[in-house]
Formats: sequence, structure tokens, C-alpha cells
Amino acid sequence: MTLHVENLTVHHGAIQALTQVSFDVKAGELTAVIGSNGAGKSTLLRTLSGLKSATTGTATWKGHNLLHGKAESHVRHGVAHVSEGKSVIPELSVEENLDLGALWRRNKSESAATKREVFDLFPRLEERRKQTTETLSGGERQMLAIGRALMSKPELLLLDEPSLGLAPLLVKQIFEAIVNVTKQYGLSVVLVEQNAMGALNIADSGIVLNLGSIATTGSAQALSSDPAVRAAYLGY
Amino acid sequence: MRKSSKKHSTQLSNKVRLLIFIVLGFLIYLLSNNVDELRVYQGAQVAFYVVGIASIILLTGYSGQVSLGQGALLGVGGYAAALSHLNWKLPIPLTFAVAILAAAGAGALLGIAAARLSGPYLAGATLALAVGLPSIANQFTALGGEQGLFFDVGFPPESLGEEFTQYKWFFWIASLATLIAIFWLQNVMRSRYGRTWKAIRGSEVAAELAGVNIARAKVLAFTLSAGLAGLAGALLAMTIGTVSPSAFPLALSFSLLTGAVLSGVTTLGGVMIGAVTLVALPEIVGTIVNRAGASEAVATNLPHIVMGTLLILTVVFVPNGPVEQMRSRRVKKEKSL
Amino acid sequence: MFQLINTLLIGITSGAIYALMALSIVLVWRSTRVINFAQAGQALTSTFIGFQTLKYVDSFWIALLVAMIGGAIISALIEISLMRVLLKHSSSGAIAGVAPIIATLGLLEVIQAVITLIWGGADSIITPPLSNTGFTIGTNTLVFSPMKLAIIGIVAALLILLSLIVQKTSIGLSLRAAAFSPELARLAGVRVDAVRTMGWALSGATGAVAGLLLVANGNGSFSTASIEFSLLLISGFIAAVIGGLESLLGAVIGGLALGIITAFVLMYISDSLFFIAPFVILLLVLFIRPQGILGKKGGRRA
Repeated sequence: MTLHVENLTVHHGAIQALTQVSFDVKAGELTAVIGSNGAGKSTLLRTLSGLKSATTGTATWKGHNLLHGKAESHVRHGVAHVSEGKSVIPELSVEENLDLGALWRRNKSESAATKREVFDLFPRLEERRKQTTETLSGGERQMLAIGRALMSKPELLLLDEPSLGLAPLLVKQIFEAIVNVTKQYGLSVVLVEQNAMGALNIADSGIVLNLGSIATTGSAQALSSDPAVRAAYLGY
Repeated sequence: MRKSSKKHSTQLSNKVRLLIFIVLGFLIYLLSNNVDELRVYQGAQVAFYVVGIASIILLTGYSGQVSLGQGALLGVGGYAAALSHLNWKLPIPLTFAVAILAAAGAGALLGIAAARLSGPYLAGATLALAVGLPSIANQFTALGGEQGLFFDVGFPPESLGEEFTQYKWFFWIASLATLIAIFWLQNVMRSRYGRTWKAIRGSEVAAELAGVNIARAKVLAFTLSAGLAGLAGALLAMTIGTVSPSAFPLALSFSLLTGAVLSGVTTLGGVMIGAVTLVALPEIVGTIVNRAGASEAVATNLPHIVMGTLLILTVVFVPNGPVEQMRSRRVKKEKSL
Repeated sequence: MFQLINTLLIGITSGAIYALMALSIVLVWRSTRVINFAQAGQALTSTFIGFQTLKYVDSFWIALLVAMIGGAIISALIEISLMRVLLKHSSSGAIAGVAPIIATLGLLEVIQAVITLIWGGADSIITPPLSNTGFTIGTNTLVFSPMKLAIIGIVAALLILLSLIVQKTSIGLSLRAAAFSPELARLAGVRVDAVRTMGWALSGATGAVAGLLLVANGNGSFSTASIEFSLLLISGFIAAVIGGLESLLGAVIGGLALGIITAFVLMYISDSLFFIAPFVILLLVLFIRPQGILGKKGGRRA
């Protein structure tokens, strides 16, 4: 088990946002986390990446304790978190946003190689490399955010609602990109999504969060054929 | 009265408060007859610090505006009192009134400018004022230039006897003025104006949505606070007998702010703490230093180091002041019982 | 004609020094969202460090370097000890927003007292390394002297160096990222806390240069009571506000603007307006264009 989460409980002040959440993600596995708003999905990712502190429980990535230490230290252990909404720094150029992800890396030629790979994956970013992010469309911004995450040489990718606010065609492209990237780099991925159908389509396994606790887990196929899940999250 | 029905049970009615203040006044009278000259003089100092600190509590604690230029407003009051006394030969109570009005006027102007600023911008602007305003006096001979002007409140009336010293007279005048000022300020803070400021302090957005005219409330706070500062300035002028630019330096503004933070800037209850500390600390430190046989340099500078450190520690660990800290602790205890 | 040029040159020289102070204030503001009122006190301390160095070494320039390093270290120490504790504790209460300001004021008081304790309150002297006698053209003597030329040169060089660091280096990228979006920077692996300390260190070094150049620009004497340092205290802040608080370039423009306008006011209106002029300029800016020359609208409520 490379990502191991056990009895994770997280509070927002007095409110319990996550209650006794336990799950595992294998190497190279893409796990979708679905649930309605306020279910605690974002909180889960923010706790795993180190932005939020947990109350009790454990979470480790390849043995490294994710609940202890600052977010920037987890990056050095292979954790990359693409946050929801504002996920790029608008005042910096496209290229600077990418370079930011690789700043901690010692080997500059390897970083340059990664940047080349990112540009190959997302050619539109290369076209706009010197521009500020204000000129980017929503889809391009998401690609940039994912690109920045890739620049930090991740092994575990935490994605928070990458399809949020995107037109259906772009949603398809983003999901395809996620699949490509996962395969190309052999990443483990935790994909939080409102778009439950799209997420389950590309995932290996899934978790359904409801009001901070896990309602169901299973393979992506099993979940998408589960009538209760279909009724609640897939709309049919 | 219609007002008292709206008050909490922990607040006292106006009549009871008036009685308390009268009793306080009496106690002070007794005290003044039983202590020596130095203490009486220091008592007068404590008095004007109380008024000065109260003005900052009103401005910063209640209406949330940080001013580093209160010293300049004290200067306006002091100079107004001295000028009206010298040029128009007004009796002392009237000079105080002039001081209050002049400073309040300046405060109103400043308040209008300040309503558009917040946080560091206001702090910086008032800082510039604190440095700049006193230097104006240097330019005009009518204001006495660098030496300043005299402000002599005269000798105590003969009816008080031959034993009645000048300093005791200062102390009486200052204490009376302070008691009246604080009583009045408490009234204002309990009125709807006080509630308005508290609402703004809690959340400006919410207050605005509730229909509060934020700018007007802020300007009012500035004006009233400046009036108090003017009174403090007049009292200060009385105790040192002169007004000059060097009597109202930047350090005065800092001292008042320090005193306010030490007292607990959000409530009037602890105002004595700050005032007494400001007067007593230099003396205590000076005594310790002299006993330890350290140099003159240490004696002059150590109080500042202690004050500055106290300020930092207070603002970091006890930002709302000791009185508020104790109150909230009591509330927490009551809730958990 | 010559009076005009003289005034302009005086203005540019003092403006350059104000620009440095403004820079150090903006550096701290951008990295930690705090206005460090103790900055002038720190600059004064660094100046005294330079003064102390001159007792062992005969070169003003070495003293300048030592002062810069000293200023950087002091600043970094303050950030690590005071500011981090402050940011951790300050959450609620009426003065939450202004608690850091008040803390820096307390710090200023402590610094001034410690300086007076160590070096005394009387004037100390640092001999300017270059002559302050103006160049002559024909029968007219310009105010412009080798010293003033050097000051402008040093400030210009520092500015170029600083912009190169901030815009072109990895460290500069971390600085900017941490200032714009600390959370996103963390997620990218940037050590935001260390970067903040660095911002303060840079600010301390810049302040040190401002302090020493201020002394060199005058007759070389200074003390805690010097008028010049009171002025440094407010002019740095005013210059930063004029420039908009958001950019380093704005700080420079603000400093130059303040220096030049003040010089003209003093020369052509009255030289006793020394202290009031900056205040009036500040008020005008806050009224006419509150976001400063280069600032963005809506960023005023700190």
C-alpha cells in the first residue's frame, strides 16, 4: 500500500469535517473521490498535502508521515497537490509557474527535460510560455496547474476538481490528459470530483464521501453500476 | 428610564455610577492630604495620562482606528489653552474648554481624512502628523517658537489655607477634570454611539449592512477622542507650566499608545493600569538602577527598553489587555459550569 | 537656472535615499504583509555598526558592506523571533489587524534605547568618503558633488542588482511566488518561511545602505536624536505609499518623487516646511490617488 489512510479525523474549528476515514491507494492506481458539496473531499486532499492539520488518525505515503511537517516538505517526498479553483499564480508567467514546481529539484537538466515533456503534453502552454496566466482559458489554466505539479517530480498526485467550470469538450480533454499522465509517469492519483461520472470512467477504484465519512468504496466499475450511487451522484 | 431596560445585568445604572465617581473623588481628596509633594505631582501626571489613554481607547479600541499622532492633538489642546489664557485672559475652566474645542476641531478634520484610510496607512499618516505638527510651532513667533509659551494656572485660592501647595492644586484640578471626563466618556460608550462603534469593530461589513454610516461614526469617534486629547494636553501644560514643541514629542504619542495597550485597549476598565505604569515605571526602574549603581545612561534608557518590551509582550500575548482577558476567562468558566 | 538644477540634484539625491528606505518597507510588506515601523531604527543600528567598523578599518566602503550584512542579520533575527510568534498568536480581537504595527513600534522604542545605551546620545561622526564640495562650472558651484554622484550611483547599482535578483533568479522567483500566493508556493515545494526571512534580510541590508548614505549625504554627524532619522522614519513609509506599496519600482518612483518635490518646496516656498511637507504630500496622494502611482485599485484596505 503506498498511500495508507487510517481513521483520519479532521476538524474545522468545532465542526468535524472528516470522521474516521480509512482507505488505501496502490501504486499506479487512480482513485476517484466523489460526494456532494461539503462532504469533505477538499479537506481530505488539503490534509494529505499538509495544508491542514488532522485531529487524529494516520496517513502515510510510502512510509512517510503526511500528517507531520509542512506542505513544502511533502513535495520533496513526491506529493503534488493541484488545488481547487485558483491553482496557478496569476502574477507570474506561464513558464514561471512551471519553473516554480521544479525549484526544489537539484538536477537542473532533469528539470529541463521534465519541462520539455510537459510542453509536449500541453503544446498550448509552450505557445504561451512568456505570457501571464490572465490570457489563459480555464482549460489551459488547469493544464498549467497539472503541468506545475508534474514539474515537481511527483509520485502521488492529488487533484481537486480539475474539471470545475470547464466546458464539456475541455472536461474530456482534461480527463484524457490525466489518464495519459498517470500512465506515462506511473503515478498514484487521488482524484476528487463533482463530475462523478467522468471521474469513475477513468478511475480504477472509487470512494464515496458523505458528510465527512466514507459511505461506500469499491472498484470504479462496481460503483458506477451501484444503483444507490447512480441515483445519488450519477443522476440516473 | 428607557435606557436602563436595555442594559445587561452586569452594568450599573447611571445613578449608581455617579455615586461611585463621587466617592472616588472623595477618596482622592483624602489621599491628597496624606501624601507628599512628589506623589501629588505624580498624581496629576497619572490624571492626564488617564485622559490621554482614554482618548486612545475610544479611538483605537472602540472605533478601530490606530493613530500614532495623539500627542499632536494633545499639543493642539495645550497650545490652545495657553494662547487663550495669555491673549484673552480667560479663566482656567474656560481655557480648558477652548483646549477641548480646538483639539476636537482638529480631530474632526483629521477624522474626515482618516475615514478613507485604514490600518497601516492611517498609522503612517498620523505618524507623519505627530512629527510634523509640533514643528509648526517653531516657525511662528506667535506660538512661542522653540521656547514655547507659559501656561500658569495661578496659585490656589487663599480660602484653602496657606499649607495648600501648588502641586496639590494641580492635582485637584486634574483629578476633577479627569473624573468628569471619564464619567462622560463612559456615558458615551454606553450610549447608542458606543454600540455603533462596537458593531463596526466587530464587523464593518455587517454594520454597514445594518444601516450604520461608517464614515460618520468614525469621524465622530475621532472628534470626541481628539477633544479628550485636548483636555489631556491642557492638563499636561498645567503641570509643567509651559507649552513648547518639545513637550509634545513623538515619544508622547508612543507612550499613550503603550499605556492604552497595557490597559487593554478595548475597555475603559483598565485605564488606570496603563496610566500608573507610565508614571511609576520610570521611577521604579530608576530606583533599581541607582541601587545597582549602574550608570546614568542605563537609568535614562532602561525604562524605554522595559516599556517597549512590555508593549511587544502585551500585544503578542495579551492583545486585548488584562481586564478583557480576565473577563473572557470568567465568561468561559461560567459557560463550562 | 542653476538654482533649478541644484534643487533638482538635491532632490534626486535625497530621493534616492528615500527610495532605499521605501524599498526596504515594501520588501517586508510584500513578504509578510506587515509595515515594519522599526525599519528606521534598524537602519540607524546598521549605521552605528558601520560607525563601529570604521574604528578598526579605514574604508567607508568596507564599513558599508559590514553594515549591510549586520542589517540583514538583525532583520532576519527579528523576523524569526518576533514576527513568527506574532503571526501565530494574533488571530482575533479588536487590534488584530494592527497588533503587528504596534509590536514594531515597541521594537522601535527598544532599539532606540539600546542604541543610546551603547553609543550614547551625543553626535557620532562618520566622515564621508568623498568630498561634498560641488563641482564648479564657470563661476557657479553646483550642489552636485562627488559624494552625491556616488550616492546616486550606489542606489542605482543596488536597484539594478535587486531587480535582477528578484526577476531573474530562482530565489527571486520563490520570493515573488511566496509574496503573491503563499499557499500555492508551498504546494510547489517553496520553503515559504525561509523565503520570508530572506525578504526581511534583504530589507535590513537595504535599510543599512540608506542609513549610511543619509549620513554621508549630510555633514557626517548623526545620533538617535538627529532630525534626519526622524525624517527617515516617515519618509520611507510615505515614499512607499506614494509608489503604491505593491511594487519595488513603485518604491523607487515614490522615493524620487518625494525627494524632488520636497526639495522644490524647501527651496522655493520655505525651508522651515521641512517636516510638514512630507505629511502634506502624503495626504494629497492618499486623497487623489490612494492606490499610489503604480498601485492597483482596491488593494488599499490592508
